[in-house]
Amino acid sequence: MPTIENPSVVSITVDTEKCIAEKGCRVCIDVCPTDILILDLANGKVRMAYDECWYCLPCEHDCPTQALKVEIPYLLR
Amino acid sequence: MAIQRIDVDILVVGGGTAGPLAAIKAKQKSPGLQVLLLDKANVKRSGAIAEGMDSVNNAIVPGYATPEQYVKEITIANDGIVNQAAINAYAVRSCDMIRELDSWGVKFEKDATGEYAVKKVHHLGSYVLPMPEGYDVKKMIFKQLRKLGVRTTNRLTTTRLLVGSDGRIAGAMAVDSRSGDFHVIRAKAVVLCTGAAGRLGLPASGYLFGTYENPTNAGDGYSMAYHAGAELSGLECFQINPLIKDYNGPACAYVTGPFGGYTVNAKGERFIKSDYWSGQMMLEFWRELEGGNGPVFLKLDHLADETVTKIENVLHITERPTRGRFHAGRGTDYRRDLVEMHISEIGLCGGHSASGVWVDEHARTTVPGLYAAGDLCNVAHNYMLGAMVYGGLAGEDAVDFIAGKDFAVVDEAQVEAERRRVFAPLERADGIPPTQVEYKLRRMVNDYLQPPKVTRKMELGLRRFTEIRADLERIKARNPHELMRAMEVHAILDCAELAAVASLYRTESRWGLYHYRTDYPERDDAHWFAFVEIRKGADGRPECFKREVPPYLYPIEAGERDAYDRLRVETPLAA
Repeated sequence: MPTIENPSVVSITVDTEKCIAEKGCRVCIDVCPTDILILDLANGKVRMAYDECWYCLPCEHDCPTQALKVEIPYLLR
Repeated sequence: MAIQRIDVDILVVGGGTAGPLAAIKAKQKSPGLQVLLLDKANVKRSGAIAEGMDSVNNAIVPGYATPEQYVKEITIANDGIVNQAAINAYAVRSCDMIRELDSWGVKFEKDATGEYAVKKVHHLGSYVLPMPEGYDVKKMIFKQLRKLGVRTTNRLTTTRLLVGSDGRIAGAMAVDSRSGDFHVIRAKAVVLCTGAAGRLGLPASGYLFGTYENPTNAGDGYSMAYHAGAELSGLECFQINPLIKDYNGPACAYVTGPFGGYTVNAKGERFIKSDYWSGQMMLEFWRELEGGNGPVFLKLDHLADETVTKIENVLHITERPTRGRFHAGRGTDYRRDLVEMHISEIGLCGGHSASGVWVDEHARTTVPGLYAAGDLCNVAHNYMLGAMVYGGLAGEDAVDFIAGKDFAVVDEAQVEAERRRVFAPLERADGIPPTQVEYKLRRMVNDYLQPPKVTRKMELGLRRFTEIRADLERIKARNPHELMRAMEVHAILDCAELAAVASLYRTESRWGLYHYRTDYPERDDAHWFAFVEIRKGADGRPECFKREVPPYLYPIEAGERDAYDRLRVETPLAA
């Protein structure tokens, strides 16, 4: 039963200049209720991995460097 | 995937609102006990109040209201089908809970004399206590957990409860949504605080996670309690809310009402007398939308600029703070624009309506040693503060329950069967993505269960759900995160089926839109003045039965009984 990829536009953007995940910070990854933020091993920064955002804001509010920006998911805008 | 085995005295499942209070109260009562607070997300920011709360919807503060008035109001609002003892257990502890939260640093609105500034939003009495600075309630509770040394564990999705051979609760099983490890947790008592079934209907946007409830709350607790043999109550009394269209969050009339905001139709006319959420109010809302008078709006454009600023400083900061971003994106300004509202998809929730796991006034379910609190339990209209009080009741009662008891004996076959069920989606070579099965299932829920309820449609819905049950054996999860989603689909399907079966059983209409059956449009107290209960039958299928409404502590006069049926404004008031 083969499957195809079904891309979605990212609604949580991470400023890679500000993100300090490579220094061990995991605050946003830890607080996300739906667990959609992951460490991108390619650049050591955080990125959104699943289109499962509740636009609730703990990730943005708890980020120590204000690196995250949450937008309302496209389907709801 | 490794198997982790843990033994604790009391296991609390769900670290949102009720769960932390269960753990805190158990630990306060008996500091030496091993209490484990487990969460599917992270206790720091999990559940419905991750970004705080904008008001207490059911504060019973001396001088404004008495427990008797409150219990009677909720009895009337819930069309008589309540266990008044359970509501009273909350009511008599309401003010003490507020004072305790206050002592922890949670802020409530006070008047010039330092007393709590309660407002009127309900149809009859005054119970709304604003929390304009309520954004950090969760942080204050987390500090108490730390202070008491409550052990917490995160990212565990609990999938089934363990039941001992004597029928007593024995613990739970969970899967780590990051490592994929399987956890077998033995406990002498379990407090389930897993929230509402918030991912039951599909939001009109089609976005699976665009729900009113925190989407982490997929109905896991309803499914687990059912499979453990517990009695569930009022699952036909759906949760349906008036929400900001597309955003699908509260507008929120409890905040704006005391400032002068209200709901209007397309003509700008007021059509309901009270914006307090009840099935009767939702029925009037639905009639307005369907009767050609829609859309329906929240009206704030008549308010003074500084009043609107005050409202924004609550609505755009607490509970669902992205409300401001949503409005900005569409160019909506409360000062000149009406806020378009709609009717939400269905859910199950004790805290907002009355659909939940049956509990008594000690938060005990019908399974010995198993407790339920918060949105998961059936104590009507209990909201945030009721969740906290019931969490506390459960925690304290569990301490007494386990005294002198050892772990219940568990047949290891139970563990093995669950391990196989949980890991099947990871182990199969390929299959359907969990999100696709979830989308189809929840779309069918909309098509066949969204009120008005039609017998033929619900029967067809049950057939579709049976077909989807076969699809569960074809779900493929590529990693532990997808596995969590796959197991949630199992729970959502259980909730859909139970909601349909309970709705078909009650052959009358009640609770306004929540259980409006076109084939039985009238309320029929002669036959249906009773709870509809559902549990797993001997054949493994859902079994419905009636449970008597216990005698009232506070009798309702004939003249008061139908107060919530008279919510419609008779002659439209000019805005």
